[in-house]
Amino acid sequence: MTGLLVFIVLVLIGIAVWQLTKIFDLTQVGNYKDDSEVANDKDNSINGYLMFGFLAFIYIFTIYGLINWSQFILGTPASEHGSEVDNLMNISWIIIFIVQTLTQFLLHYFAFKYKGKEGQKALYFADNNKLEAIWTIIPVIVLAGLILYGLYTWNQIMYYDEDEEVIYVELYAKQFGWEARYAGKDNVLGKANVRFIEGINTLGVDLQDPNAQDDKVVNELHLPKGKKVVFKFRSQDVLHSAYMPHFRAQMNCVPGMVTQFTFTPTITTHEMRGDAAIVEKVNKINQIRSKKSIQLVAEGKEPLDAYTFDYLLLCNKICGASHYNMQMKIVVEDEADFKKWLSDKPTIVSAWKEANASNVEPTTEKISPSQKDTTKVAVDTTKVLAQVTKK
Amino acid sequence: MSHEHGHHKETFITKYIFSIDHKMIAKQYLITGLLMGIVGVALSIFFRMQIAWPEESFEVFKIFLGEDYAPGGVMKNDIYLALVTIHGTIMVFFVLTAGLSGTFSNLLIPLQIGARDMASGFMNMISYWMFFVSSIIMLISLFVEAGPASAGWTIYPPLSALPQAIPGSGLGMTLWLVSMAIFIASSLMGSLNYIVTVINLRTKGMTMTRLPLTVWAFFVTAIIGVISFPVLFSAALLLIFDRSFGTSFFLSDIFISGEVLHYQGGSPVLFEHLFWFLGHPEVYIVLLPALGITSEIIATNSRKPIFGYRAMIASIIAIAFLSTIVWGHHMFISGMNPFLGSVFTFTTLLIAIPSAVKAFNYITTLWKGNLQLNPAMLFSIGLVSTFITGGLTGIILGDSTLDINVHDTYFVVAHFHLVMGISALYGFFAGVYHWFPRMFGRMMNKNLGYVHFWVTAVCAYGVFFPMHFIGLAGLPRRYYSNTAFPLFDELADVNVLITIFAIVGAAFQIVFFWNFFYSIFKGKKAPMNPWRSNTLEWTAPVEHIHGNWPGEIPEVHRWPYDYSKPGHDEDFVPQTVPMKDGEEELHH
Repeated sequence: MTGLLVFIVLVLIGIAVWQLTKIFDLTQVGNYKDDSEVANDKDNSINGYLMFGFLAFIYIFTIYGLINWSQFILGTPASEHGSEVDNLMNISWIIIFIVQTLTQFLLHYFAFKYKGKEGQKALYFADNNKLEAIWTIIPVIVLAGLILYGLYTWNQIMYYDEDEEVIYVELYAKQFGWEARYAGKDNVLGKANVRFIEGINTLGVDLQDPNAQDDKVVNELHLPKGKKVVFKFRSQDVLHSAYMPHFRAQMNCVPGMVTQFTFTPTITTHEMRGDAAIVEKVNKINQIRSKKSIQLVAEGKEPLDAYTFDYLLLCNKICGASHYNMQMKIVVEDEADFKKWLSDKPTIVSAWKEANASNVEPTTEKISPSQKDTTKVAVDTTKVLAQVTKK
Repeated sequence: MSHEHGHHKETFITKYIFSIDHKMIAKQYLITGLLMGIVGVALSIFFRMQIAWPEESFEVFKIFLGEDYAPGGVMKNDIYLALVTIHGTIMVFFVLTAGLSGTFSNLLIPLQIGARDMASGFMNMISYWMFFVSSIIMLISLFVEAGPASAGWTIYPPLSALPQAIPGSGLGMTLWLVSMAIFIASSLMGSLNYIVTVINLRTKGMTMTRLPLTVWAFFVTAIIGVISFPVLFSAALLLIFDRSFGTSFFLSDIFISGEVLHYQGGSPVLFEHLFWFLGHPEVYIVLLPALGITSEIIATNSRKPIFGYRAMIASIIAIAFLSTIVWGHHMFISGMNPFLGSVFTFTTLLIAIPSAVKAFNYITTLWKGNLQLNPAMLFSIGLVSTFITGGLTGIILGDSTLDINVHDTYFVVAHFHLVMGISALYGFFAGVYHWFPRMFGRMMNKNLGYVHFWVTAVCAYGVFFPMHFIGLAGLPRRYYSNTAFPLFDELADVNVLITIFAIVGAAFQIVFFWNFFYSIFKGKKAPMNPWRSNTLEWTAPVEHIHGNWPGEIPEVHRWPYDYSKPGHDEDFVPQTVPMKDGEEELHH
């Protein structure tokens, strides 16, 4: 069936080409027979008009896109720096639209206006320093403004004041999922390395590290509204990228290295669900989904779930076969709710203990993360390495 | 260089296969590049079909991808990534670097500077054949059991280093690296040859400021190639070490498939630096020759001098220089120091200045011209149009602050396809239409050329313009399917539209290929100078001879852009025409 369709399409395209060339051929007849394969006045005229038509096509397509597709664009930013980013973005768009509209007009209009005619002579105009200076200096001024504004915002985003009150969250990436670790009461993340990965300690947290004792590992990212969050990113296997589009935030997760990004969420999930643009978007998506569900049910398959808005963390760096489905839900809530949610979660140490409760007591030689020796300062890494190689 | 080879008897093998004549080598590059182009475009149609109609079964997949890659006609998710990877690799390196630069540098450098051949014809031949071998290896990698390289054309480790991470990183990746190593060697030999030829073999009177802008572009391109390609070679070499000999240049602290690997101390970010030190100049290695070709074609067909010849040269050099110090804009969110982000934002946005100068100069060249809208001219104007549309969004992506949220989304795909993909492809087509008579002694059919251009122009915008919107919606690139996120459900229709434009656009390239191959054999015989052009290549006889000119090498008396010069009857004055008594140079 598909094969037949492809065949029909190819035949139709063939006919279209044949007809189009015939049209071009026919336009030659009236004037004079010319088979030099070099453009003559008639060709120049037709293609000149087509240039003008193409200009119209670009404009109409742009307007069509703006009307029909601009609703897709991420709406209200949900982070403090997000509005700065959007501001700079809007300024850039204004410049781009002005330059695009003008230059495309000049280009295509000139192509139409000065289309060649027999006997017409072009103007010998080789250079003009004044003109060239103008279109060197104008971009310089515009770009200087953009660069300054851009760098100012960039420095605002990428650096944070050490004295500020912040909370630390680790985002941990692996093929093909995310986990998050909260620093706990001491607000310091315990040390971690992939060489500590064992059983439920999937992040390789060093359970001997005093700072790790109150760390909590979760599968859903909760953030308190209005609190600055410093994210520490790690990856256990390949490059990933933690992309949180609604917060205008993104940072790569690099194996062997800890990367960082900071932002302050400003709108709770609940508030965002009430945002007019989001309500409309969700309705539209649910219409699409219900239409699709009817079709699926008719085929004897499961219908789709209804969609409710949630902030998302997506992987945005090619990371393997299931890259397209590596996501985690983000919930932004009031600080009180956040604290309550977090306090209900077990610490990694207690979770480890529980999971290994039935196990026989570890041999003395083996470093047991379940030993409650919180006074011990640091783990002897060489010893741990030896453990790993032994296994 | 005297013409002593003439009396040697040429056999079929020395004439058509192991030829050392730059014109034949140019044709070999062209045809190899075009054939690779068919593969590259076909792959893109396959993955576009998967994006538009996710996980549906297609007959074409059964035929071309087979049971291993598309069981029951449904493309597998790792094969999707393999197709994306090989599409990028083939288009960037094999079509737009070797195909474009290889063809026109080889054809035009000796002919336009008035040389009998390249400085080293033998090295030129080796260069082509290494390109050919690397093409074959790349094609073979498509058929290995676990699939070809699948880590994206940027082959970032650890994904590209560990077969556990994706099956394509096994034998497929090895072949990719071998192929690219050979490709780089080929490219370097070609580039060195171009540089030496331009510096040493210019004919009498051909000063550097009388060179056509094509030659300037090829010359500067070759210099960037020589500077940057070896860095990719070293990156590939170190990656081979990491993959095969257990070193840790790019790898550290990895836990995969339930075990900790021994790698310690390396950094994938180092690879990113090395890769983009080539990768960004590569954009200009692709683009500058296209701009050079366009400069020549726009001037000839406008019957006007190119506006601001010296400014054009200066902007080529400025772009080339800047291109080597902006690579970090691909890495704003890679984890490198944010201070570097500031530096690279600054240098990156500076590139907009010479680019703007070029665009305005093209537009001014059209002003008050007598435009001969040949297919080559249409593609050149099309190039300026896509160069502007695609280039403008560069001020968003080059700005580290804005890049945070659009990095690796479809916005990037839209940007670079327009500004370097489509633009360079238009430059390629323009060059083929313009110099076809010079290469094959016959004319291409202009009406088929017009159909080819107009459909391609509409489809190119149709494919890439909507991608800006879905990118701003936050849709990441390289997603096998967007169905895992209900948020993206509303983008499905746009993706269908894009794919339809892509299929129609790709199908209409058949018109070009038909025109091309038919005209080689059956096209109308070409006159010596069909476009009434000034440059030297049109003073050589239509029938190719080894050594280019039967008698003396022509001498040059003027710059190449004396079109419609006052005081001359014809609207063109070839470079070989001596200055009249009292004639003045009217340009600076």
